[in-house]
Amino acid sequence: MEKHQRLDETFNPKIIAFCCYYCAYSAADLAGSLRLQYPPTVRLIEQPCSGKVDIRLLLEAFEGGADGVYVAGCLEGDCHFLKGNIRAKKRVNAAKKILDNIGLGGDRLEMFNLSGSMGPRFAEIANEMTERILQIGPSPLNKVREKRAKKGEEGDLK
Amino acid sequence: MIVAEAKPLEEILESLKGMSKVLVVGCGGCVSVCLAGGEKETGIMASALRMKRELMGEPLETLEETLTRQCDPEYVKELGTLDGIDCILSLACGVGVQFLAEYYPQTWVLPALNTKFAGATIEHGLWEERCGLCGECVLAQTGGVCPVIRCAKSLLNGPCGGSQNGKCEVKPNECAWQLIYDRMNNLGRLELLLEVADAKDWSKSRDGGPRKVVREDVKIDD
Repeated sequence: MEKHQRLDETFNPKIIAFCCYYCAYSAADLAGSLRLQYPPTVRLIEQPCSGKVDIRLLLEAFEGGADGVYVAGCLEGDCHFLKGNIRAKKRVNAAKKILDNIGLGGDRLEMFNLSGSMGPRFAEIANEMTERILQIGPSPLNKVREKRAKKGEEGDLK
Repeated sequence: MIVAEAKPLEEILESLKGMSKVLVVGCGGCVSVCLAGGEKETGIMASALRMKRELMGEPLETLEETLTRQCDPEYVKELGTLDGIDCILSLACGVGVQFLAEYYPQTWVLPALNTKFAGATIEHGLWEERCGLCGECVLAQTGGVCPVIRCAKSLLNGPCGGSQNGKCEVKPNECAWQLIYDRMNNLGRLELLLEVADAKDWSKSRDGGPRKVVREDVKIDD
């Protein structure tokens, strides 16, 4: 809760989390059942496996205005489909390079590994990523935020 | 297949200077197989370019299309009219880029890939050169290992002095002639290596200028 209150009032990050159905998505469920607090900055997208995520999908999220994106897959060696999470990690690393190259910054993207029983870790990751994005600042590709600011709905006008 | 890899983004951006609407065209042929210019790579390239240009304050509009092949007229024609397009960015090999340029003489066509070689997939993510496209195949004399392209010097009558412990001195690859010797030895055909190969007719390769194959039997005359 404490971290939640530390959110900058003028900047509410939008973070997309591509979550594996077998681990992170269940962990999010558990975090909810445990009544754990984590920032409302994270939007979950369920995936059948973290290996389903490809570079296009990650870039699309950023192009759509996401301030941060992370992929949450099973612990290494525990993938339901054996190697999906290892492949996801490689793709995340390749997408990080592209983001660095275009100047958006690869730090906005991360890969996490957890198991379905790690509800508290799920909340921790959401906090960790939110903190990181708050430090990096809003994505310059988010055009909606500017419009909302003009209407006085969110954030400051630059 | 023809193996290619993406040019550095900076180089492509430089060539797209001043352009505001670009048709990014992928190819479903070799470059799809070597993961350089298929539908997925076209999407990634277009997305990266759009984001970079947006960050530069010079937004870029892209259209995406992936043709079955960019080296056949029936597919190249599918692009149709290109009204309002500043240029085409082709993710095909050099052949595809030139073919688009030939079929769309009024449109500026740019390459997004560097075409590397004719090669094979050794494993997912690793491609190696296998054919030098010399125009006169010598594989029957060398046991199915090509000395023209796999030997750094294209030697046709055995290894040079730079072959040490089976490795080439130029690059830490296997010496092609070591591979040839081993294979001939395994197949019990070492005597074939006693034949001396004549000087190769390089006029059938690139030295003879651009090449052409004509097959009257398959031509369709309407």
